[in-house]
Amino acid sequence: MPTTEEVRADLAEIVNEVAGVPADDVQLDKSFTDDLDVDSLSMVEIIYAAEEKFGVSIPDEEAKNLKTVGDAVAYIERAAA
Amino acid sequence: MSRIRVVVTGLGATTPLGGDVASTWDGLLAGKSGVRKIEADWATDLPVQIAAQAAVDPAEILERVEARRLDRSAQLAVVAALEAWQDAGYGLREENPVDRERLGVAIATGIGGMVTLLSNWDIQKEKGARRVSPLAIPMLMANASAANVSLRLGARAGVHTPVSACASSNESISLGLDMLRLGRADVAVVGGTEGVIHPLPIASFAQMQAMSRRNDEPERASRPWDVDRDGFVLAEGAAILVIETLEHARARGARIYGELAGAGITADAHDMVQPDPTGASQALAMTKALRESELAPGDIVHVNAHATSTPQGDVTEAGSIRQSLGEHTEAIVTATKSMTGHLLGGAGALESLSTLLALYHRTVPPTINLDNPEPDLGIDIASKVRDLPSGDLAGINNSFGFGGHNVAVAFTNAYATGGST
Repeated sequence: MPTTEEVRADLAEIVNEVAGVPADDVQLDKSFTDDLDVDSLSMVEIIYAAEEKFGVSIPDEEAKNLKTVGDAVAYIERAAA
Repeated sequence: MSRIRVVVTGLGATTPLGGDVASTWDGLLAGKSGVRKIEADWATDLPVQIAAQAAVDPAEILERVEARRLDRSAQLAVVAALEAWQDAGYGLREENPVDRERLGVAIATGIGGMVTLLSNWDIQKEKGARRVSPLAIPMLMANASAANVSLRLGARAGVHTPVSACASSNESISLGLDMLRLGRADVAVVGGTEGVIHPLPIASFAQMQAMSRRNDEPERASRPWDVDRDGFVLAEGAAILVIETLEHARARGARIYGELAGAGITADAHDMVQPDPTGASQALAMTKALRESELAPGDIVHVNAHATSTPQGDVTEAGSIRQSLGEHTEAIVTATKSMTGHLLGGAGALESLSTLLALYHRTVPPTINLDNPEPDLGIDIASKVRDLPSGDLAGINNSFGFGGHNVAVAFTNAYATGGST
């Protein structure tokens, strides 16, 4: 199992690729929309890229509850467990 | 008679000859061909294996994240629009001194984001609906280029995308002229773009027998009016003009390239893809442009022809030029598609830009590959660079599209400031 930090770092790479946010800014307490300025379409891309990267399924009804980077990392860790 | 005068104050282009206006114009005067063999694997089984790709990849110019959110046609349009905007002496958004509610956009495309459409369909077939990009629609829609330029510049006076195949971007120039003359805007960013060098459009155009198959001599494939021409060469690129009312341009002391004097639009109503061989509606488009410009046929010293290098189209246009400008017209005619290939929805704007620069610099770019001209054309074709006389000059750019669309746009060197020789 990857560590929380490893999941965060991989997710940060995706957020950087899709939305251009510096990877170091993608920390667990950050809100995707309010802090990182990720728009709704980019968020969809991030979710799908995360599904491929981590080999998990993130249904749309779950995805909309992932407000912060920490929410997403926790969901990915649970889903991969 | 009082009418609102409209002038051109900014130019931008990214084409098979260069990544900006200066390199494109140098390439045109040098008689350089932008047509090359397509190196991609997908071309090897196609009947047509040549195209004129953009000399500079727009994705290398734009920021990475912006580039990945734009179809190639919009990447090209944004690059050209930013050059035109800065060439006009304007800054971006916050530094933009134009009243945004008086700034319009009309940027055309013939086909739009077809490559985005096809690549997402490939993904859907292979990986399923959940892997289709959420950006697919805003990337592939035909108005994406105009909308993205509006976003970049903050333009709010109306954002338009005329679609009339290969006449599209001359129509956008005409529409911008209307906006300014009707008082709907003071400044407009107008032009067109195309980025569809992909196996499907090449196969489709090839099936129509519309494209040159001179695969072993790419640089000699686009040869308008030459007896050995065998079709057009697909190209990609964008060209953009910043137009504004003379009053607005003078108030800010803008450099002026010349006047956008008028436009004429007609339709053949004859056949979906073949021009009416009488050329009557093409000629009427030019005549209407003259009337709107308050010019006489004899005032026209230069025509940038649509002339795509197809067997029938080139001959029909020569006849329609004589019908409109007179059997003994002395206008120097050129076909810059001999060098750039055919930019489809970007062609009219690039060739309008060339027409205007020809008047501004008093120099007509050549029609290359004209080794054996079709007999009895009755027009003076520039097979090498030609000079234009001193004094007041007027020129016409023609664009014709599948569907029978004919759009002629007239420019003069009136009000030109700076750099004119």
